[in-house]
Amino acid sequence: MKVTVKLFASFRTGRFDIETVDYPAGTTVADVADRLELPQSELGIMLVNSRHVKAGHVLIEGDTLALFPLLGGG
Amino acid sequence: MSAFQVFLKEHADGDLLAWEHQLEASRRFGLTIAETEEAILGNGLLPARYQRNRQTISLSGQQELFRSQVAVIGCGGLGGYIIEELARLGVGRIIAIDPDVFEEHNLNRQLFSSPANLGQAKVEAALTRINEINPAVTLVPVQAAFSPENGAELLFGSQVVVDALDTIQVRIELADVCRSMNVPLVHGAIGGWYGHVTTQFPDDDTLQTIYRSWKSGKGVEQSLGNPSFTPALVASLEVAEVCKLLLGQGTPLRGRQLMIDLFSMEMHVINIQGGNRETA
Repeated sequence: MKVTVKLFASFRTGRFDIETVDYPAGTTVADVADRLELPQSELGIMLVNSRHVKAGHVLIEGDTLALFPLLGGG
Repeated sequence: MSAFQVFLKEHADGDLLAWEHQLEASRRFGLTIAETEEAILGNGLLPARYQRNRQTISLSGQQELFRSQVAVIGCGGLGGYIIEELARLGVGRIIAIDPDVFEEHNLNRQLFSSPANLGQAKVEAALTRINEINPAVTLVPVQAAFSPENGAELLFGSQVVVDALDTIQVRIELADVCRSMNVPLVHGAIGGWYGHVTTQFPDDDTLQTIYRSWKSGKGVEQSLGNPSFTPALVASLEVAEVCKLLLGQGTPLRGRQLMIDLFSMEMHVINIQGGNRETA
């Protein structure tokens, strides 16, 4: 299944801004993060088709996933 | 007409009263600078320092700001700029809360830090600075760490609370206290080239949503650090939110989160409640 992945902020460094990727059925948001070597502890906002999801959310064909890093500095 | 009003009439230039006359009125009538400012605004005059606020902020709006109290939690990267801008804007009472003293690694970005005041409490430096730039503003320094235990006491009487903290756990605790006290919270966070801003209204669980994936520890700021320009920008955005909330004007970032990427020079607004306004 094809999923469009959008990365934001520091997640783009050494990766990409936007890419459409072929994943096996049943792939979760956490699986995508793992394949991109994004540490789970750095995952902040995760949106699938503009809706907030958690890392265990299962993706389906045609989804657009947006990942933002966790920010807490001040 | 009182002697004070006669003095104002004699010394006003149009509807402006110059700083030297505000000082003189304070001396002559035995009032504090803050009391003088209140009386000047109450008589339909504008302290001349605020003349470039005009058109953006009306005279009654300036009076509203002067009668307001805002609590700023954290006096570091974000907090320094936030306090400076609130004071120049003319917010009458600022509660500045931070347990820390300045250290050398603060000097790249924290507005009130300097080589001369390393080791000094951040809230004391804030007080010195605000007394210098706008003596009509009352800054209350509280050298303490915010916690759920002291939160209600620290925030009591503030119309708006501003999040300038540097840990996610305390931000979530602050958001909970603000909800229970029915007070809006302007939230900003930074790391490296990146930042975000949103405003939590008392009925919303905005910060719980933003940080729903957080389990422990810091965000990417731990590895990215914080350069000078990101806190200045995010602090300014937070103060614009505070100004709108105090005046009841404009459109705050309620239910929306502004995501800032200064490396790509992109800003995105995403819908926090999971609707369809996300543009990312």
